[in-house]
Amino acid sequence: MSDHTSTIRLDGVEKSFGAVRALAGVTLAIAPGECLGLVGHNGAGKSTLMHLLAGTLSPSAGSISIGGETHSGGWTTAAAQTHGVRCVFQELSLCPNLTVAENARVLHASLRGIGWKARASALIMEKLNQIFPKHGIHADDEVADLAIGKRQMVEIARAFTVTEQPLSLVILDEPTSSLDAITAKQLLEHVKRETARGLSIILISHILGEVLSTAHRIVVMKDAKVVADKPGAKFSRDSLVEAMGSEHHTAKIAKAKAAQTAAREMVIETAGKSFHVGKGEIVGLAGLAANGQTAMLMRIFSGRECKVSAPIAFIAGDRQSDGIFNLWSIARNATVRSYGALSKRGLISLSKEAELAETWKEKLAIRTPDMENAILTLSGGNQQKTLFARALSSDAGIILMDDPMRGVDVGTKQEVYGLIHEQAAEGRSFVWYTTEFEELTHCDRVYVFRNGAVTAELLSDDLTEQRVLQASFAEKAA
Amino acid sequence: MTRVTRLAREAWPWTFLAAFAVWLATITYTGGQGSGAILTAALSFATFSVIVGLGQMLVFTSGPGNVDLSIPATITLAGVVAMKVMDTDNARLLIGIAAALGAAFTVGLANYALIRVLRIPPIIATLSSSFLVLSTAISYGRGIRIKPPPLLADFATARIMGVPLVAIFTVILSIILAQILLRTVYGRSLLATGQNARAAWLSGLDPERTRLITYVASALLAGVAGLCLSGFSGGAALNMGEEFLLASIAVVVIGGTSVAGGKASVPGIWGAALFMYLLVSMLNTFGASAGIRLILTGVIIIAVIVAATRDTGGR
Repeated sequence: MSDHTSTIRLDGVEKSFGAVRALAGVTLAIAPGECLGLVGHNGAGKSTLMHLLAGTLSPSAGSISIGGETHSGGWTTAAAQTHGVRCVFQELSLCPNLTVAENARVLHASLRGIGWKARASALIMEKLNQIFPKHGIHADDEVADLAIGKRQMVEIARAFTVTEQPLSLVILDEPTSSLDAITAKQLLEHVKRETARGLSIILISHILGEVLSTAHRIVVMKDAKVVADKPGAKFSRDSLVEAMGSEHHTAKIAKAKAAQTAAREMVIETAGKSFHVGKGEIVGLAGLAANGQTAMLMRIFSGRECKVSAPIAFIAGDRQSDGIFNLWSIARNATVRSYGALSKRGLISLSKEAELAETWKEKLAIRTPDMENAILTLSGGNQQKTLFARALSSDAGIILMDDPMRGVDVGTKQEVYGLIHEQAAEGRSFVWYTTEFEELTHCDRVYVFRNGAVTAELLSDDLTEQRVLQASFAEKAA
Repeated sequence: MTRVTRLAREAWPWTFLAAFAVWLATITYTGGQGSGAILTAALSFATFSVIVGLGQMLVFTSGPGNVDLSIPATITLAGVVAMKVMDTDNARLLIGIAAALGAAFTVGLANYALIRVLRIPPIIATLSSSFLVLSTAISYGRGIRIKPPPLLADFATARIMGVPLVAIFTVILSIILAQILLRTVYGRSLLATGQNARAAWLSGLDPERTRLITYVASALLAGVAGLCLSGFSGGAALNMGEEFLLASIAVVVIGGTSVAGGKASVPGIWGAALFMYLLVSMLNTFGASAGIRLILTGVIIIAVIVAATRDTGGR
């Protein structure tokens, strides 16, 4: 290839998984110092493209070249490593049983001999301090003990650490999905600083504001192909959504009247009555990530210190550890919460089960030719949709949501929001922890958390980003 | 994916194929002599491995680290209790069965209690309980070999057109168990718990109740094996369970049940049990020594585990 100005270049790259075509001839180049935004629906092929760049998958056809050198078949993870290509995948890749410092060592073979642990600690802590000041993570924390947001911070910081090979390209796949507003902003600032110094960065995100504000150039993918490739300034939020091919719902969904709150029958009530949820109410849990929101959901789920008067279903955000059954089909993953309704005289009806799965495949547009396929054949966003199907198809009167929109695309999000409002009107209650402010606007009432306690209760009419942030940093309970 | 390729990716069709190949090699060597007799013997002996293997399969499926090492001791205890209570009297058959299964049930409960209440890892818990169980059997049985009542002996040794009655009974048991795994809440809970206990809990299932049922079921199946075995071999002996420690684990692993949990294969237990028996009888026919037989058994188990993890692991 004659194009020596690009850091890395893909030419007519294709990739198929059995009958599913994940990439159909993609050509893409990234220049040094460029931040490339990559957007598209769930299953459009973004993650597959990144796996190819990282060398964890090899293309079925086409070539990858870096610094003018062409690799058609021989592009492996080792080659990616020596050329300074780093990846932060959507599925976090840290070893949970190792400490933060030990995880940093995994990437750097040169950290050896006496004192490697101290050097690894220094390396990772320096990056963490640089990207996320006041992160509150220690080098000898075990990763399994960190909340998902902090794990993501470690994963990101690790990708930017350098020992021997200089970095040329860092790929961030949904890096802010588990980060709160403040840390997400810190990351985007860091991306801008690094690109100014000549590093190339690919930013994949469903949060379009982030991509529009950070990327120099934006590539839109749809149905395994690149459908638009323009400078970031040429896009607006609307034109981006249009290019992705989803209908744009600007009309706000009619909200249930907040005034009804007092009259509602209570389905959840804590011992001190400081926290309650009414029948048919949508209650948001806000605040900085990992400030006790998930712990609150767990308390409700296990019925500790609170009175719960309806069956509960849970929608995980951390789908790997809380949600997905890896060995099962999509259908089985979707129906596991509904055995009561599917059983007759103690036996599960297989035909009814298949029917239920098919219904929800349609309702949530789960992208698969066959619900009997393994759950791991789905992209991350579609796995998340399956978890929605699991809870929404059940008989539960209360749905707990643990920041469940990670990796879900804009179009699907709108559909799910609609479904939530529809079901709330029919009397289902929702408790919704989210790290995105926009989602709080769908709630009737919002509790803001700080250090494990509620610092504010806001009705939807009083809800502003300002007030949520204020309460997130409040020192004492209001 | 077509039905054939889907089938080929399962382990259990291969176990039957392997069993068939070994049988073919044996009768080729003997020139076709005793081909039917070998099969009948294989069915008789493999059946006992299948009964305990089914229990071990449930335990393995309940998640990584779960294993029941008390199976041999439970077999012995059930055999000894049954023979002593029955006292060679047909009329006491039912009460003897009840006593044997009651003893096994208690062992299952105790195993689970050790694991759950005292938080001892399953491998240690079931190993230590097996010492207690075996000591109980020794002191209760006092080493006297009591014959089974004629009715039990007849049941355990009867054949219908060369097929042992116990084998037919175990096939029915296997079909019921496969249906339980596929179509009951317990079965689905077991498979879900084995893959991800936390996700199972968050899906509204009850992992702890599932594990309790699983350890009790494994002990009960060991009890059934003890009953059949003492009927088959003319009484209970204190070492009657010994060979089933390795056998119960081997048939589960070779049959395609996941060591990491969450995936069970009932037909694989049958294929693997037949394969293991036929392999030993082939080596016997070839005149291989006991040492060679043991070495080959070990090598085959390792090879199967390597092949199985190569298929599904990696990514």
